[in-house]
Amino acid sequence: MSIDVDLSGFVRQTDDGSRGIDFAIDGMTCAACIVEIEQAMKKIPGVKKARVNYSNSRLALGWTDEALDPAMAVEQLRRMGYAAHPFELAEAESREAEHAKYLLRCLAVAGFAAMNVMLLSVSVWAGNVSDITPEARDMFHWLSALIALPAAGFSGRPFFASALGALKRGALNMDVPISLGIVLALGMSVVETANHQHHAYFDSALMLIFFLLCGRYLEQTMRQRTRAVAGNIAALRSPLAARVNADGSVTQVPTARIAAGDIVLVRPGERIPVDGAVVSGSSEIDESIVTGETRQRMIGEGAEVFSGTLNFSGALKIRARAVGSGGFLDEIERLLENAATARSHYVGLAERASKIYAPIVHVTAAATLAGWLIAGASAHDAVVTAIAVLIITCPCALALAVPAVHVTAAGALFRSGVLLNGGHAIERLAEADTVVFDKTGTLTLPEPRVANAHAFSAGLIERAARLARSSRHPLARALAQERPMGAPYDGGREEAGAGVMAMIDGVEARLGSAAFCGLDASATAHALDEGASAICYRRGEETAVFHVRQTLRADAVETVAALKAGGYAIEIVSGDSAVATRAAADALGVARCIGGAKPADKVARLEALKAQGRKPVMVGDGFNDAPALAAAHVSLSPVTAADVAQAAADAVFLGDRLAPVARALQLSRLARKLMRENLWIAVVYNAVAVPLAIAGHVTPLIAALAMSGSSLIVTVNALRAGAGVASGRANQPQGAGEPDRVRSNAEVAA
Amino acid sequence: MNILVYLVPIALTLGFVGLVAFVWSLRSGQFDDLDGAAARVLFDDDIDAPRT
Repeated sequence: MSIDVDLSGFVRQTDDGSRGIDFAIDGMTCAACIVEIEQAMKKIPGVKKARVNYSNSRLALGWTDEALDPAMAVEQLRRMGYAAHPFELAEAESREAEHAKYLLRCLAVAGFAAMNVMLLSVSVWAGNVSDITPEARDMFHWLSALIALPAAGFSGRPFFASALGALKRGALNMDVPISLGIVLALGMSVVETANHQHHAYFDSALMLIFFLLCGRYLEQTMRQRTRAVAGNIAALRSPLAARVNADGSVTQVPTARIAAGDIVLVRPGERIPVDGAVVSGSSEIDESIVTGETRQRMIGEGAEVFSGTLNFSGALKIRARAVGSGGFLDEIERLLENAATARSHYVGLAERASKIYAPIVHVTAAATLAGWLIAGASAHDAVVTAIAVLIITCPCALALAVPAVHVTAAGALFRSGVLLNGGHAIERLAEADTVVFDKTGTLTLPEPRVANAHAFSAGLIERAARLARSSRHPLARALAQERPMGAPYDGGREEAGAGVMAMIDGVEARLGSAAFCGLDASATAHALDEGASAICYRRGEETAVFHVRQTLRADAVETVAALKAGGYAIEIVSGDSAVATRAAADALGVARCIGGAKPADKVARLEALKAQGRKPVMVGDGFNDAPALAAAHVSLSPVTAADVAQAAADAVFLGDRLAPVARALQLSRLARKLMRENLWIAVVYNAVAVPLAIAGHVTPLIAALAMSGSSLIVTVNALRAGAGVASGRANQPQGAGEPDRVRSNAEVAA
Repeated sequence: MNILVYLVPIALTLGFVGLVAFVWSLRSGQFDDLDGAAARVLFDDDIDAPRT
């Protein structure tokens, strides 16, 4: 049966006949890969353009020849050891990229204008204490206005738009005092210049815009980077599905291109790519990603199956179903909706600060105006002083205090393999005091592993693992994982439903069921406990029975111990049987555990914890965890989690280890401490500067020094969140995070 | 102070040239792959006949 790969849905075509396609590449570990890939691609006849984007591990191919099939490129890359997955820029991601460019343009204009106006301002400040002529000063001020007014109008748009939006909703945000400060500073400066006064605040307004845009831009690039990685992971996870065409031929198409009603072929060892119902065939499937249950389920014609479940023994034909219908799905959907509405609108530190801050500033300015008028100052002087108060309190440091920490903390988390989803994830993580784990796929590895490998000699394991490479069966794949670098034996042959065999050094070796290997079936059965499966091996007199089961993540015990030491209460709530859950809890030293929990039970447990005044963080991966993830105070998912679960989680962690969970909690606590410190710095700055402004002693020079000084202090303090985190390519999420699922999908696709 | 008649326009023009150059580099995609650009400068792919 020949299988074609159909990538036509991903090819972009422009009017002049050139075509292009984008790939997400897995396996790029160093910069040398750039040349290697680009040169190999250019050797393919017809390829006009091959450009690797190293920052986000993507490859753009361009060609004009209609006959060229991009599948050739995928095949070539696979031979070189890279997994390439066709990739379509998600709208959300291109929007983020667009916004980042917009901010950068604003930043460039603000920077240009601020520098030139400062050049003129410094001359005026120097001249004011020496011998500048009034005519020269006026000219300098008018020049400043000429630069500052259009530049502020252009580069201040992000703030003006946000402030107007808030005012229309009848709310106040940080951008309202910012916009007011900018507009008043510019307006007053124009009036003062027209009246031949000594002082103008053009430079203050522009510098304010420049500093704030720096913060916004950095925040945006951080978000964009996270999104790019998430987009790649999504592309790598989404395997090709084998669609059965009307004429019976099979075409490999990207899962996203499968429409409701299409028939999809799923061979043993593959993950089911779409939700649907079985049309023909029967098999055992591992539904642990859906229910948390590790025991396999027998299914036959008409059975309902979910994407992400692992097909064990037989080939299945599945009719894809439209998203969001069916009993179990409906229940999850309903629970998710409830959780989303129940999740109270979280108010972050920055919002709370601005809610208090904005009114105080405006009242102080009004009081200053009234006070000076009552004290007998001229209307002009009173207005100028009041506006100076508004300018000096313009919350530059305050507006940077929280975002600056966000950027550095998100960067540090990114380097330790945690991608943030939600806006307030860091602050909510910092508040958490209870950790609720799901068991299957979260505390345990998503794929089963060999549990008794230590009982056999290294040579035997080596031979069995290499033999297992020739099989697609999930149990064989678990065995092959024991020697990830092992090459399959030549002439390895798979007998469907029985096992694989090959000649090793002239002796026939077999791997598979007990009968296939000529072993006594009862000898394998009694040694097994619940949840484990056996796979037998025989080569001459050399025999072995491997137990394959879900195993705990390598660092699960240490991580749980570290969390306990950090003062977190730990619980396990799993959909798996009570016995299996208890066993895992005992191995980890966790006292509280609930087994056999339905999705609603998980939500109920979290609600109960919340009712006790606790702030639970839910860590889970399954379809069945999604409502609980949404209901928890904050939630984390491993990257291998079901899509619904990942969408509901506040953060996603990469790799086979559990340590990122502890790291995320620890870093977010540090980040929150720094945010608080920064807010206090901003308060102290205002406590010093505002009395000066009210007294009428603030000149543009003092305003410039005070505002830039406080902004710098806040930013430098924020950088401490990123300090002390091990950096370097070794910890890069994509290097560390090759989850088994991604790799096995790559194999399936190949 | 007549020197200002030349100097101020020159200063502004220079600054403006810098701004235009930056916006141009932004549009031509030079800020799309900062990590890659850092590594590409080390490649020898522009040398025709490598001797190694």
